[in-house]
Amino acid sequence: MSAPVTLITGTRKGIGRHLVGHYVKQGHRVVGCSRSPIDWTLPGYCHHVLDIADDAAARQLFAGISREFGRLDHLINNAGVAAMNHAMLTPASTVEKLLRTNVLGSFVFCREAAKLMSRARFGRIVNVTTVAVALKLEGEAAYVASKAAVLALTEVLAREFAEFGITVNAVGPTPIDTDLIRAVPKEKIDRLVARQAIHRLGTFEDVTNVIDFFLKPESGFVTGQNLFLGGV
Amino acid sequence: MASGTITRKDIEAVVVQVLRDLVPSEDPAADPGPDTPLFGDDGALDSVGLVSLVVGVEQALEERFGAVVSLADEKALSQRHSPYRTVESLAEYASRQL
Repeated sequence: MSAPVTLITGTRKGIGRHLVGHYVKQGHRVVGCSRSPIDWTLPGYCHHVLDIADDAAARQLFAGISREFGRLDHLINNAGVAAMNHAMLTPASTVEKLLRTNVLGSFVFCREAAKLMSRARFGRIVNVTTVAVALKLEGEAAYVASKAAVLALTEVLAREFAEFGITVNAVGPTPIDTDLIRAVPKEKIDRLVARQAIHRLGTFEDVTNVIDFFLKPESGFVTGQNLFLGGV
Repeated sequence: MASGTITRKDIEAVVVQVLRDLVPSEDPAADPGPDTPLFGDDGALDSVGLVSLVVGVEQALEERFGAVVSLADEKALSQRHSPYRTVESLAEYASRQL
C-alpha cells in the first residue's frame, strides 16, 4: 500500500507546522494550506495558499489532490482563529470572521474530504476544538461558540460519514505556546491552566499523540469523539 | 475549464453510468429513461444512494471533462423539489452549474 495522503489546514505556523513535520517524518505525502505564503519548504510536503472558507478555492484544491494522488486518507482541520474580548465590546465583524474560518472552513473541508475519501471507503477526519469550550472561558464567547459548533459538527458528521468508512473525531488542546495565545495576558493563561487537572501548558506532542490515535487504521471503531487535553 | 464542449447528452451519459454502478442490474433504474425517478417514493435510491450518485457525477465530470463544479444544493433531499429527482433534472441542473 503506497504512502497515505494527509491534508492539514493552517500549516504556516504553530501546531499546523508541527503537524506537517510530524506526518512527513512518518512517511505521509502531506498537503497543507494557509492564507499567507510560507517561507519554508520540506521534501514530501506541498503547500497551497487559499482561504479555507472559500468554497470554489477548496473545490479546486481537492480536485488537484484527486488528480495528483487519486486518494485522500486523512484530513486535519487545524486552521483556526481566536479573538479575546468582552462580548459587549465585540464587533459583529469579529464574530463573522471566527465563524467563517473556524466553522465554515472546517465544514467545507470536511465535505470535500469526505467526497474523496468515500471512493476508497476509508477516511480519517480530525477537527480541532479547545478546552475553552469545556471551561466556558470568559473573554472568548465568539471563539468558544465557533469551536462548540465544530464539536457538534464532528458528532453529526461522524454519523453521516460512517457508512462511507470515514471516522470524524476532534482533539481539544489546552493553551499551547503559539501565536494563538500570544496576546493573552500571562495571569489569564495561569488561571486557565489552574483549572486543568494537570497544571501545565500543552505541547505539540500532546496533540499529535491524540491525532495519531485517531488516524490509525485500527481506530476504525472510534468516531464522533472529542478528546480534551489536560484532564479538562 | 472547457465547459463549452460538454453537452447535456454528455452529462446524461455520465449520470446513467454512475447510476448503473450503484443499482443492481435487475433494477429498472439501471437502464433509466430521462424521467426515471431517482429519488422519493418511486425512486431507486435512498438518501445514501442519492449522495453517492451526486458525488459520483461530480467526480466523473471532473475526471472526464476537467470540469470542477459543485452540485451541492439546499433542496437536495426535498421529495418534491430536489434537482436530483430524475436523470434529466440532474443533468439539467449540472449543465447550469458548468
